[in-house]
Amino acid sequence: MAAGEPRRVGYLYVLPALAVYGLFLLFPLLHSGWLSLFDWDGLSPGTWTGLDNYVELATEEGAAAAFGHAAVLVLFFSVLPVCIGLVLATVLHRTRVRGLPFFRTALFLPQVVAMVVVAVAWQRIFAPDGVLNALLGTPGRAWLGDESTALLAVGVVGTWVQTGLAMVLFLGGIGKITGDLFDAVRMDGAGPVREFRTVILPSLRPEIGVALTLTVIAALRTFDLVYMMTPQGGPGGSTTVPAYEIYQRAFHGGQVGSAAAMGVAITLLAFAVTFVITRIAGGGRR
Amino acid sequence: MKASAAERAGTYLILGVFTVFALYPMVAILVTALRSEVAGQGGIHWENFAAAWTQARFGSYLLNSVLVSICVVALSLLLSVLAAYAFGTMRFRGREVLFYLVLLGLTVPAEAVVVPLYFDLRDLGLTNTYASLIFPQVAQSVAFGVFWLRTYFRSTSRGIVEAARLDGAGHWQTLWRILVPMGRPAMVTLAVLVFMWTWNEFLLARVMVTGEELRTAPLGLQFFSGPATTTVPLLAAASVLVALPVVVLYLFLQRHFIRGMVDGSVKG
Repeated sequence: MAAGEPRRVGYLYVLPALAVYGLFLLFPLLHSGWLSLFDWDGLSPGTWTGLDNYVELATEEGAAAAFGHAAVLVLFFSVLPVCIGLVLATVLHRTRVRGLPFFRTALFLPQVVAMVVVAVAWQRIFAPDGVLNALLGTPGRAWLGDESTALLAVGVVGTWVQTGLAMVLFLGGIGKITGDLFDAVRMDGAGPVREFRTVILPSLRPEIGVALTLTVIAALRTFDLVYMMTPQGGPGGSTTVPAYEIYQRAFHGGQVGSAAAMGVAITLLAFAVTFVITRIAGGGRR
Repeated sequence: MKASAAERAGTYLILGVFTVFALYPMVAILVTALRSEVAGQGGIHWENFAAAWTQARFGSYLLNSVLVSICVVALSLLLSVLAAYAFGTMRFRGREVLFYLVLLGLTVPAEAVVVPLYFDLRDLGLTNTYASLIFPQVAQSVAFGVFWLRTYFRSTSRGIVEAARLDGAGHWQTLWRILVPMGRPAMVTLAVLVFMWTWNEFLLARVMVTGEELRTAPLGLQFFSGPATTTVPLLAAASVLVALPVVVLYLFLQRHFIRGMVDGSVKG
């Protein structure tokens, strides 16, 4: 690590940022841990319950369902975009594409638009009189109003949002691979598949790590999309997710302690995901 | 390497399909926003935007968003520059520990802190104020900003700093006269990303704002989409108004934007 000059004045520079960070992020985080040990409705004095809220999270049906839905969303937000992104980046790398900046800009655009707007746009697409039914020849089908399809519909939107991010990350990564590596396998007479397996995939490990971390955490945090597209957590609670449950429990259900416990749980999950993925990817950021 | 014609065609086909997939929802909402409120009536109807602006006070929601975003970007940038400068160029006891403490904030999901934050700010009488929208967002952004700018400050050549030193510049002058002007690309990227995150933020605003006067644009859209009186073209027009500032900024600065996303992609 670069040494830097010894200077006490450093504390003064760091202080303002640390103050705001401590007061509005660190303290609430600790407070969340504290609140999670109480049974509290947000108004009357709470009662100490120890780890009961956590035990409940592990056993209660609503919480289990929410985490189960989050797992499904991980598939759509993370696994699918990473796979598609890999294919797209590989394909783009092989041929010199004209207008690549345009394609890159367009594919990345979904990352930029507010989720509430994304929700409005896709609600129209999934509507009974929407374009999806017209395409599939299934007039009148309410994709978001049906218990069996609502979560999948939200998932497809997640794939739509995250694919461009994955692709752009991978394109950047492939650009950094030296040409010699490609020349070497091609001299060996390798086809596109072997080239992908022996050169691209191993070289992209850090980028894949970053893409997985970002998208898995996005899946765990999904709130706006579910809240806007499927109010009340979807038909029959089919689209409840942890973030939605936190909001619902704390501000409408009078279960602040339980909501706080859920918050702690997704924080730990986010840490675990980041840790495991950076380990596997071999230090995801360089 | 020369690819065969078939492979080239295949590439464009795949690329085309995914580009259409990416753009269709956005184009569709724009087209809907320009449609007549009366079904079956053709023509382009710009007046939907005016109606969305005035109806349901959408103009004031946008104004709130502008105000909050500007404050968050300015504060985050200032605090991040100061802290990152110290973390990147100075040595003091506990520097490592403090830096990793800040880095921790990159992984903490806002969903996890929003509940205690609401009750803490309520006790202080701060819910439903601009402060409740600004400071929590600054705290989140500072975690990323410090991480992002420290890399810049560490990469600045020691020679430049020492030359400034010899010219009699103190640490304060060195920072503002030399390092900040030189680091404009890094700062622009940070400002644009923070602006986007703040503008698009929904949960924090949903929780902190109880009255109508402080609603930000994404929040306004939610309430706008509620009443049955709102027509689809009006809702679409309002959606376009929410998305437009960030999209325009993105199109102008997309190089910065994409690089920022890619390089700084530790942020959750």
